[in-house]
Amino acid sequence: MEAILFYLTATVAILSAFFVTKCRNPVNSALNLVTTFLCLAVFYVMLESPFMAAIQIMVYAGAIMVLIVFVIMLLNLGLTVKTRYSHGLATSGFLSALVLLITTYMVRAGEATGIGGDVTSEVISSYGHTELIGKAMFVDFLLPFEIASILLLVAIVGAVILSKREV
Amino acid sequence: MVMTPEVLTLSQTPWLFTGVMLVKIAVAFVVTLLIVAYATWAERKIIGRMQTRMGPTMTGPKGLLQPIADGLKLFFKEDIIPAQAHYFAFILAPMMILAPAFISIAVIPFGGNIHFTYDGTLYAVPMQITDLNIGVLFIMAMAGLGVYGIVLAGLASNSKYALLGGIRATAQMISYELAVGLSIIAIFMLSETLSLRGIVAAQQLPLWGIESLSFIPNWYVFCQPLAFGLFVVGSMAEINRTPFDLPEAETELVSGFCTEYSAMKYALFFMAEYANMITVSAVATTLFLGGWGGPFFGWMNFLIKVFGFMFFFIRIRATFPRLRYDQLMFLGWKIMLPLALANVVLSGIAILLW
Repeated sequence: MEAILFYLTATVAILSAFFVTKCRNPVNSALNLVTTFLCLAVFYVMLESPFMAAIQIMVYAGAIMVLIVFVIMLLNLGLTVKTRYSHGLATSGFLSALVLLITTYMVRAGEATGIGGDVTSEVISSYGHTELIGKAMFVDFLLPFEIASILLLVAIVGAVILSKREV
Repeated sequence: MVMTPEVLTLSQTPWLFTGVMLVKIAVAFVVTLLIVAYATWAERKIIGRMQTRMGPTMTGPKGLLQPIADGLKLFFKEDIIPAQAHYFAFILAPMMILAPAFISIAVIPFGGNIHFTYDGTLYAVPMQITDLNIGVLFIMAMAGLGVYGIVLAGLASNSKYALLGGIRATAQMISYELAVGLSIIAIFMLSETLSLRGIVAAQQLPLWGIESLSFIPNWYVFCQPLAFGLFVVGSMAEINRTPFDLPEAETELVSGFCTEYSAMKYALFFMAEYANMITVSAVATTLFLGGWGGPFFGWMNFLIKVFGFMFFFIRIRATFPRLRYDQLMFLGWKIMLPLALANVVLSGIAILLW
């Protein structure tokens, strides 16, 4: 049952990801990207991380993609058609295939993910996934979290300064 | 003899579980649709009364059949798709706006448990379609997806009024989503759970945990009045109700993002507006007013509170003029967002101290 659902969702995810690059209308590409994000959210639910699924939809589908569509709308690219271009296609294809292979190898070998870690299904069901994420972010990895937030703050201030006529 | 009720599970009683789930979904859906239909009637009646008019009176007794007549009329009208429209997105938009509004109902608890006996075993069924342990985040995520309907409608219509309405709606919803989300955070900090059922259960205790005040329930509106205000105002902006209805401002934009729509597609936009109103009222009831807790039988309390909120939204529509666009952005970013942030910080300090 779960395997069927997985392969169905995976098919939709791969097809829509393919059409993101294939569609020649930016609106269609954006819609396909939203579909891909929703499929990823389904994967997170299957991996017993409902919190990540909700965040995936809220942040990527609900905020980032809305902004991208907003820009498409604001620049009125709605019905213009992307031109075909093939610059650096071979190199980028080769690079992405290489990255995919290395990532797959690392995941399979258990180097990138903590397959042998202490967060198992039993721990998730007893503590709750949200609590585990909160503990990891605000207790175990507090310093990287704060550094990331300062980075974002710098970016926001930079954006404000760039968009202001006179500071 | 008192039996401890069993909770239905998919693995032990698959058919009974599926049947009960389907019944729950059907009841919630039909009731929501009915409330949507009669919210339009109530809005016309109440606004009519406030403007010393009668409102609908001709169809049925006191105009009660008006929503059905409207529905039939829109159903049989000609469905026009503009020749220059983006065909697929144009059809997708009304569905994209209606579906999230209805999906959010799935995680809202309407009442306590219903007990029934089947095959000699007592079962307890919660009056809630499903209790996700990330309930509130789910609702926020669905609210975020609701923007797409408006964006696509504005973009696909290929008309300047629709485009302007879509741009306004998107900017407005993105801005106010932040203030609404931040105001809810204070609730999580008090309840220490994201499940809506858990939040309702936490509100049934005596006020502020003091036993002598046990005649007042511990509704979060008493501990978090600021968050409550921010949530209600922000939600009103997010569902595009007056005084925040700039996306469909009739006087300047014809009908905003749904200008080019006709027949049943237009009706879907209309239904989505009221469905969103119901969802927001239900979420506000659950988060701040103790959900189904109260003097009457569970779901009655819930419906009374939801109808109270809807009456409030309708009254606001009849009493307040529309904001100007810069006032809207000023209110969202410079007043509500800092207030919501301050509320989170203050709640954190208060929780640490007590």
